[in-house]
Amino acid sequence: MSALPPYAGPLERIWYYAFRVICGLILFFLIMPILVIIPLSFNAEPYFTFTPGMLALDSDAFSLRWYRDIIENEQWLHSMKNSFIIGICATILATALGTLAALGLTRAHMPARNLFMGILISPMIVPLIITAAGMYFFYSDVGLAQTLPGIILAHTALGTPFVVITVTATLAGFDTNLIRASSSLGATPTYTFFHVTMPLIMPGMVSGALFAFITSFDEVVVVLFLAGFEERTIPRQMWAGIREQISPTILAVATLLIGVSILLLVTLEVLRRRGERLRGLSPG
Amino acid sequence: MATAQSALPSGAASGGPSGGPTDGVLRTNDGVPLKTTLRRVNRRQKIIAFGLVLPLFLFILITFLAPIGMMLFRAVDNPVLQEQIPRTVALLNETWDGEGLPDDAVYDTLAEEMIQQYKVREIAKVGTRLNYEQGGLRSLITSTARTIARRAEPPWKEAFIKIDERWGEPETWGIIQNAAPRYTLSFVLAALDLRYDWQGDIVSQPENEQIYVKMFVRTIWISGLVTVLCLALGFPVGYLLANLPMRQSNLLMILVLLPFWTSLLVRTTTWIVLLQTEGVLNDIMVWVGLISDDGRVQMIYNQLGTIIAMTHILLPFMVLPIFSVMKTISPSHMRAARSLGATPPRAFWDVYVPQTLPGIGAGSILVFILSVGYYITPALVGGRTGQLISNFIAYHMQKSLNWGLAAALGGLLLLGVLVLYWLYNRLVGIDKMKFG
Repeated sequence: MSALPPYAGPLERIWYYAFRVICGLILFFLIMPILVIIPLSFNAEPYFTFTPGMLALDSDAFSLRWYRDIIENEQWLHSMKNSFIIGICATILATALGTLAALGLTRAHMPARNLFMGILISPMIVPLIITAAGMYFFYSDVGLAQTLPGIILAHTALGTPFVVITVTATLAGFDTNLIRASSSLGATPTYTFFHVTMPLIMPGMVSGALFAFITSFDEVVVVLFLAGFEERTIPRQMWAGIREQISPTILAVATLLIGVSILLLVTLEVLRRRGERLRGLSPG
Repeated sequence: MATAQSALPSGAASGGPSGGPTDGVLRTNDGVPLKTTLRRVNRRQKIIAFGLVLPLFLFILITFLAPIGMMLFRAVDNPVLQEQIPRTVALLNETWDGEGLPDDAVYDTLAEEMIQQYKVREIAKVGTRLNYEQGGLRSLITSTARTIARRAEPPWKEAFIKIDERWGEPETWGIIQNAAPRYTLSFVLAALDLRYDWQGDIVSQPENEQIYVKMFVRTIWISGLVTVLCLALGFPVGYLLANLPMRQSNLLMILVLLPFWTSLLVRTTTWIVLLQTEGVLNDIMVWVGLISDDGRVQMIYNQLGTIIAMTHILLPFMVLPIFSVMKTISPSHMRAARSLGATPPRAFWDVYVPQTLPGIGAGSILVFILSVGYYITPALVGGRTGQLISNFIAYHMQKSLNWGLAAALGGLLLLGVLVLYWLYNRLVGIDKMKFG
């Protein structure tokens, strides 16, 4: 694909370029919806489409009023606070529990490994609506519905599979002789973990944690069932916005969220390159 | 060196294996058979490994599996009649054989229990429960209870029949009897558009009430279509990314990964903005002159909207596994096929495509599993015709409050997903799942 072979016939040449055009269109389909929303969030008018002024690049047609709207709106600010509290708490819990479990799962003597792996991964597999319905009854019974701790626990459960999978994958290439060396030099298992194992599996832990965070940060089905008005998160607020009174403020929030995803994407990419460099796979 | 030696078990001094009894059993330094020690060490290792997994296992069990299990149990759980009118139910089972009308005693007991439940305002529960079996029974129960509690007089049999002649039909009693057992299959049957008739036989729901089988079929159909579309769009992109030089493919990969990392609600919102009748796409088509201003196309709040948005959202899940498999296919295979005389399509189809099957399988099952359980996007852009089974589960959870039916629908959905998951695990292996 990288270059057209010299023996290619005319038909092949046409196909070669046609194929690139097709791929270009598909990639355009992937990225265009995300890009289109960004300029629209600066619309001075309360419309969801480009005004003639915007197309003429008239500076009066653009404004920051929808961003101002977010800052001045008590509900949006409150939901942002909730989203970050829930996301960060759930991420910490999920990373701690998930890493611990991954350490156990990769040990040579782990009994019934596949069964446990299947169970621990299940929150990722079960359709969210079923998870949400189940949690709704149970969390109401134990008094955790409509509380932040309840949502944090629910999101922790949803986030752990990602941590388990990424850390298990990182540990697969881990040299256990390092642990033996550390122990033979007199380190306690805890000391060994924090000073030998953890620095090496850090990339896996961080990418797992990022997945757990984005899972919580983006999750709305469980929140719809478990959260009251006070516990609304950003996605819950967007859901309400789309269903009830759709205003361009949502586009401004969406643009901010795209910023968050770009940030996450860059962080992961840096981690991936660092991991590859450490394993000597790429020159850097 | 000295410390290392002194750290050896004291048994080292007593002569090692040769120092123990000479019965041919291998022993450690302290005289314990090697097998026993090995077993002990293994058990200790197992306990440590299990101990590390235990916290998360318990956490998932308590916060996730148990709640779902308890919710699914509602699909067969049927306490209402047993709790509200227990003596009537018992008496009915004892004395009535399904022929003619029950004894006067059954009417008397029911009247007694109805008055009792009417006073504590619980009788509506019985009505609601029976209404799931046959429409109209809720009002029958509540109006009868109101009348007998306020002004009707015994003998109850005549009074009941006078209030509503349905009390004089065996059907009504048959339905009560069928709805009475502590555990029932009637919710599961309802989820499959079946029901018990009053004689306890399983029959189809009336034509106009058959919705769920259609709903499951629609869910599978839309999920299948989305999977095929994702495959059709994802395969070329995967091929391009896998065969471009590293630098270019990394750059283009961003176009796949950014949507992957972008919030689901953002992506759904943006499709609303693009596709709605006053939206960007319609504006462009009007501007180009493709359609007139009055002829704007309805592309959202229907099945089309659901399919477009879901294809866009799930496409990265198809591209990534296909890409990672294609990455491992050597380009020399295609060249070999060409040099042996195959035309480009033949070489592609017979040599290249078979090697990509693991990626195609993984991506397709993943996309299908995810789309079968989709809730948010259909709810926001699906309109009436784009709703999936998840939306009906949510409806019964939140609006109709028929939790038994919600649980039964959920159980069937979960069963389907678990079968697919098992298939995925057989084909790919769950630990091979990769992200990003």
